[in-house]
Amino acid sequence: MERKFVLHFPPTLIDKPIISDLVRKYDLQFNILKAYITPEEEGNLVLALKGKEENLDKAVNELEKIGVKVQLLKADVKMIEERCTHCTICIPLCPTTAIYYERESLSVKFDPEKCIACGMCIKACPTKAMVLTI
Amino acid sequence: MKTIAEINEKIKKGKAVVVTAEELVELCRKNDVKKIAKEIDVVTTGTFGPMCSSGVFLNFGHSKPRIKFGGGKVYLNGVPAYAGLAAVDVYLGATALPDNDPRNRQYPGEFKYGGGHVIEELVSGKEVKLEGISYATDCYPRKQISTWIKLSDINEAILFNPRNCYQNYNVAVNLSKKTIYTYMGILKPQLGNANYCSAGQLSPLLKDPYLKTIGFGTKIFLGGGIGYVAWWGTQYNPQVKRTENGVPVGGGATLALIGDLKQMRPEFLKGASLTGYGTSLIVGIGIPIPILNEEICRWAAIGDEEIYAPIVDYSNDYPNCTGKVLGEVNYAQLKSGKIEIMGKEVPTGSLSSYRKAKEIANILKEWILKGEFLLSESIFSFPGPESGYTFKPLKVKE
Repeated sequence: MERKFVLHFPPTLIDKPIISDLVRKYDLQFNILKAYITPEEEGNLVLALKGKEENLDKAVNELEKIGVKVQLLKADVKMIEERCTHCTICIPLCPTTAIYYERESLSVKFDPEKCIACGMCIKACPTKAMVLTI
Repeated sequence: MKTIAEINEKIKKGKAVVVTAEELVELCRKNDVKKIAKEIDVVTTGTFGPMCSSGVFLNFGHSKPRIKFGGGKVYLNGVPAYAGLAAVDVYLGATALPDNDPRNRQYPGEFKYGGGHVIEELVSGKEVKLEGISYATDCYPRKQISTWIKLSDINEAILFNPRNCYQNYNVAVNLSKKTIYTYMGILKPQLGNANYCSAGQLSPLLKDPYLKTIGFGTKIFLGGGIGYVAWWGTQYNPQVKRTENGVPVGGGATLALIGDLKQMRPEFLKGASLTGYGTSLIVGIGIPIPILNEEICRWAAIGDEEIYAPIVDYSNDYPNCTGKVLGEVNYAQLKSGKIEIMGKEVPTGSLSSYRKAKEIANILKEWILKGEFLLSESIFSFPGPESGYTFKPLKVKE
């Protein structure tokens, strides 16, 4: 199974190879969707983890034990096809290229797998074609 | 040389040769323009983007007993309409907001519902709540009204847009250190993105840069129905900077358009919410250009790579009217998804839908090919560069 998480690392932990250790220990696959460090030097990571459910639970427990704040990414962004005019105003705002332009069909496409539910496209869309479902 | 009357004869007989502006660009790349100008009768154009200077005149009919809205207040789904006209005539503008909308008090405001959305709901055939208050007179004794209307119930619904169809437009960027929310969309700090708003090589007034074939009375595709050019648009500026081929770099000409809302379709008139800015109406427009001679054909065949737009900073230069331009880029570059500004690669987004513009140009082409749409002669031409007509700023007096 795959789950998406938002991880917040305190400044004391940002230089440690936590994720790579975890991935080896619990036989997980990972995909980094977004990573950034705030001016206060807190590390933020949006991550998709794939593996056995019990191993995912164990990995989350271990992260929390060492002081990483873990949030499950529950929100889902959806595209309402009929409302999209394929204008492209949302495309440069998407941090993970989950929204992209298909030149041949002149269409705006949305790949929910890559979406981290940041909500920028929802704010940007003039015709409210992008919506948040929780 | 052809005349509009000759072209109309061919349309009636089903013999007119019609192509979209996009098809003409391709044709003229591969063939001799002289030959193409003789063969092609009409080129169709299209555009589909937010146009704030849009709205609709409505006449509700008279209730028993009568009410006089003029001098009172009228709301449609809570959005105020202008009532300073005769008893039951109002004008509902695209940017009107409910009195209780928080606007930008919670910045950036969402602007979920406004005049543009009411127009979209009317065109969709939905019921809209009409509320009004006024003072009583001997001939109009009622003081308030609350009822539901739909487009088919009321008398006239006339879309009248004082400024649509900008010939060309700015590319908006943000040089400041914080995100800004503009009518050109969300602009991320320090050149995070660059937003444009034109169909480029398909856009009506870019294909006839001196408005040689477009004037008062030109028949057009408007919002899915038939409309007409009603005047030159507000902020009309034939003195705009032009490239060698005559095409404006930025702003330029605009058109005032009119049409019967009852013929229109919601796919081509859509309410818009621009975060932090307000509401608007996305209008679909298509204008046929008769290929009367080679010169007109040459202009209509100008492609994206020869049409330039100015890059403007919307954090300082636009709001303060400094007139500063950071550079110029063409629409082929803009449509590639990234451009270079001040040495930085910047991703681009468009507020105008090229896909919808193409759909409109194709619908208009079909109408003409089927003989359903004849071209009109314009009654008079609009001011050109030689007229001296220009666009003035407002001087604030002490």
